[in-house]
Amino acid sequence: MRFSPAAAMARVISRFTAPAKKYGVEWWILVAGALIILAILVMAMFAEAIAPFSPHDQNTGPQLSPPNRVHLMGTDNLQRDVWSRMVHGSRTILRVAVLAAVISLLIGIPAGLLSGFSGGYLDRTLSLIMDSLYSFPGLILAIAFAAMLGPGVINITLAVSVIYIPTYFRLVRGQTLQIKEELFVEAARAIGASGPVILWRYVFPNVIATTVVVFTLNVADAIMIEAALTYLGLGLPPTIVDWGMDLSMGKKFLPSGQWWMITFPGAMISILALGFTMLGEGLAEILNPRLLER
Amino acid sequence: MEIEHLSVHFPINIGTVRAVDDVNWELRQGEVMGLVGESGCGKSTLGFSILRLLRPPGKIVQGRILYKGRDIVRMPEREILELRGKRIAMIFQDPLTSLNPLFRIDQHFIETLLAHEKGLTRKDAYRRAEEMLESLGISPEKLTEYPHQLSGGMRQRIMIGLGLILGPDLLIADEPTTALDVIVEAQFLDLLADLQKRYHLTIILITHNLGNVAQLADRITVMYGGSIAEVGEAGDIFENPLHPYTQGLLASIPNIKLDQPKLKTMPGSPPDLVDPPQGCVFHPRCPHAMEVCRVKKPGLVKKNGRLISCWLYG
Amino acid sequence: MKNLAKYIVTRLLLTIPMVFILLSIVFIVLRVMPGDPVSSLLGGHAPEHVIEQKREALGLNRPLAVQYVNYLWQICRLDFGESMVFKQRVSKAILEKLPATVELTLCGMLITLFLGVFLGAYAADKRRTARDYGIRLYGIVVYCIPVYWMGLMLQLIFGIWLDILPIAGRTGPRVFASTFEKTGFYILDTILIRDFSALLDILQHLILPSVTLGLVLSGIFVRLTRTNMLDVLRADYIVAAEARGIRHRVIVYKHALKNAFIPILTMMGLQFALLMAGAVLTETTFSWPGMGRLLLERIYLRDYPTIQGIIIVIALFVALVSLVVDIIYAIIDPRVRY
Repeated sequence: MRFSPAAAMARVISRFTAPAKKYGVEWWILVAGALIILAILVMAMFAEAIAPFSPHDQNTGPQLSPPNRVHLMGTDNLQRDVWSRMVHGSRTILRVAVLAAVISLLIGIPAGLLSGFSGGYLDRTLSLIMDSLYSFPGLILAIAFAAMLGPGVINITLAVSVIYIPTYFRLVRGQTLQIKEELFVEAARAIGASGPVILWRYVFPNVIATTVVVFTLNVADAIMIEAALTYLGLGLPPTIVDWGMDLSMGKKFLPSGQWWMITFPGAMISILALGFTMLGEGLAEILNPRLLER
Repeated sequence: MEIEHLSVHFPINIGTVRAVDDVNWELRQGEVMGLVGESGCGKSTLGFSILRLLRPPGKIVQGRILYKGRDIVRMPEREILELRGKRIAMIFQDPLTSLNPLFRIDQHFIETLLAHEKGLTRKDAYRRAEEMLESLGISPEKLTEYPHQLSGGMRQRIMIGLGLILGPDLLIADEPTTALDVIVEAQFLDLLADLQKRYHLTIILITHNLGNVAQLADRITVMYGGSIAEVGEAGDIFENPLHPYTQGLLASIPNIKLDQPKLKTMPGSPPDLVDPPQGCVFHPRCPHAMEVCRVKKPGLVKKNGRLISCWLYG
Repeated sequence: MKNLAKYIVTRLLLTIPMVFILLSIVFIVLRVMPGDPVSSLLGGHAPEHVIEQKREALGLNRPLAVQYVNYLWQICRLDFGESMVFKQRVSKAILEKLPATVELTLCGMLITLFLGVFLGAYAADKRRTARDYGIRLYGIVVYCIPVYWMGLMLQLIFGIWLDILPIAGRTGPRVFASTFEKTGFYILDTILIRDFSALLDILQHLILPSVTLGLVLSGIFVRLTRTNMLDVLRADYIVAAEARGIRHRVIVYKHALKNAFIPILTMMGLQFALLMAGAVLTETTFSWPGMGRLLLERIYLRDYPTIQGIIIVIALFVALVSLVVDIIYAIIDPRVRY
């Protein structure tokens, strides 16, 4: 069997482009998002290898120098290389955002299942609580939590995760209620006991597609909130490398026109959030065109 | 009105739906023309194309629609806007969804009137709306109400009112009774007949309900799979259907007088309009299908005062 | 009209449990969370009995349930207590800063609505064209841009490089608020006094912050309007209106938009929360003397009563806006009144 690299490449490429005909623009959005995430993930995992300097090294070059060949993104007031700080900062933000989203999911989904399934007072109370939480400005809630808990990676992760629990709760509860109606009809036809098991088997497949989409969008949002918290000086100690914090530090040098300390961190936050958003949007259109619009 | 070689296509992701395929048609002034066929045969699409109301992705890909010497297909935007509502009006199937739920009835009328008659005052427009409602047997108080507050029959009459308020010559009625219950339906048809006489209207009655057509129509056009099967005088068609499809259609109507252990149906199913059968569109289901039917599409020929598209008749 | 009144009352009654829960959540977060307010306030090295005294004075030693009831009772009387750091009633501090935030938020909301709704309607009208895709892309991208970064970049471009707009505060160095301040809503105040040069200055200071706020949130509205418009444009009454010869632009921007607007309004109520969050960030970035910046200041100072007061006010605000939006909804859409 002759191995032709050209043919293999062509096959891989066609695997990538084939869905485009069926789904159109959305596929490309999804791919773009995935690529962005992948790039930053690589950046986070191999930060030591990619970054030319240590993010804490206060002796990398002249102070406050604009982008040049040595320092692609310039240096800050402590003579640190901005690009290296960007690379290492990706780790922090990814960790917090993804972990926070996972925690929200792990709490929100069972809560929603429980509430939808049991109904009655429990459901009504929980729903009311979740609705109130949901309607409250997420950032402010996070600020309150972060302020109370104090700085620290775990604390900020918890603060961020609280905001999204109601989202998963509502999602799952809605689906559960729907299935519950159909299910009781089935029950009348004597399927037998094990209601929760059937619920599990019926609800989960339907919910999974939506959950995945919500999760990616959730991470995008969590990224924004994490950066906002650190920008405000809450949530993380200055020893940790973080984009939001760099933004707040760079803010001081704005009036003197030293733009690189603000532009790059902000751009990184936007790009990462965009990556997850595009992934989520693309997925949503493809998995369930009814979910959004056409 | 004359329609020549009209084709309407809907390009969708799995292919192109040939909703109306090279149709030639003629409409005489003052007549009630019933346009019948099963769902998906193209009759509604034909109706919509007359006023160029096709929803995207539908497009008129070829043909002419000649009305009073002008070709509607090629008319500029300004002219078509004038045509709509004023010369040719259209009423639709579901009167509840055809009225804007946020606008009162009088607002509907006034807007229509002001759009066409620039110098009209709101007061005059209101008065004309009142008159129209009265002539339709509706109390003018209803003008200040919202669509959801009225009954289905009333809404349909208001639809007619909106259609006729500017005094058009031609009224296209797309499945006007499908959303109505039987008693209201009968009232509606009576009203339509009455209006037709009063205003000398030409009416295209698009429906899949042969009963409506039997009651009102002077002539009937039977459509199938995007093409015209047969056109003729209403009575003739009912008594002596020539096209095998028409025969099948009429035969499948349940007759309470007959002792029918099993209802007659036509074998097969409606054609796939993305990939229609070659030759005559009906041939896969036709009990009289011949070799030529599989190969060539029959044209419209005249026979005994009727137009028929079938190789059985030359 | 009777239906409308009934709806309003029902809706009002529904708000009460929600507010109650929000207040409880605030209480839980601020009292029950780890982190002792008093010791942080007095610095870690204060002697034990001083800490105890302070705790006693603040009523933090009483059982939680008692504190809770006291808390609710105080709020009902709109008594937010006194600041722990300054000798100042919390309600006074908040009221001072409230108009600034409201002014900023309102302007931001107007910009969001304008931009979002018209871009969205336009995109729906020009469906599947390059302009449509461009606008949709705009919607996604803009939402991912952090408010404060947008603010900083705008400051950089318009304030530093082009130097045509101010980047901080509500008034410039030559304008003194005390000369016209009456309601705290500077636009109103300057108009009342007819001090138009001050008005100009005020507006100049308002531009960057409100554009920042408005732009970032417009993305959501663009997408929402577009979706709703697409649905509405598919409706039968749109075709029916077309059949009556009504002009296309009238159909899109009058018939369709009015129908699409209703869910947009509701969304606006929901997005108000986002608006508040954005306001906090914008105020910090532009040194805007509003509630948001006050909140942050007091967090740094660990002034718990004030922090609590601000969060409660925000919660009440959010509930109020949600209520108002629902009522307006009922007024516009006659079907809701049953």
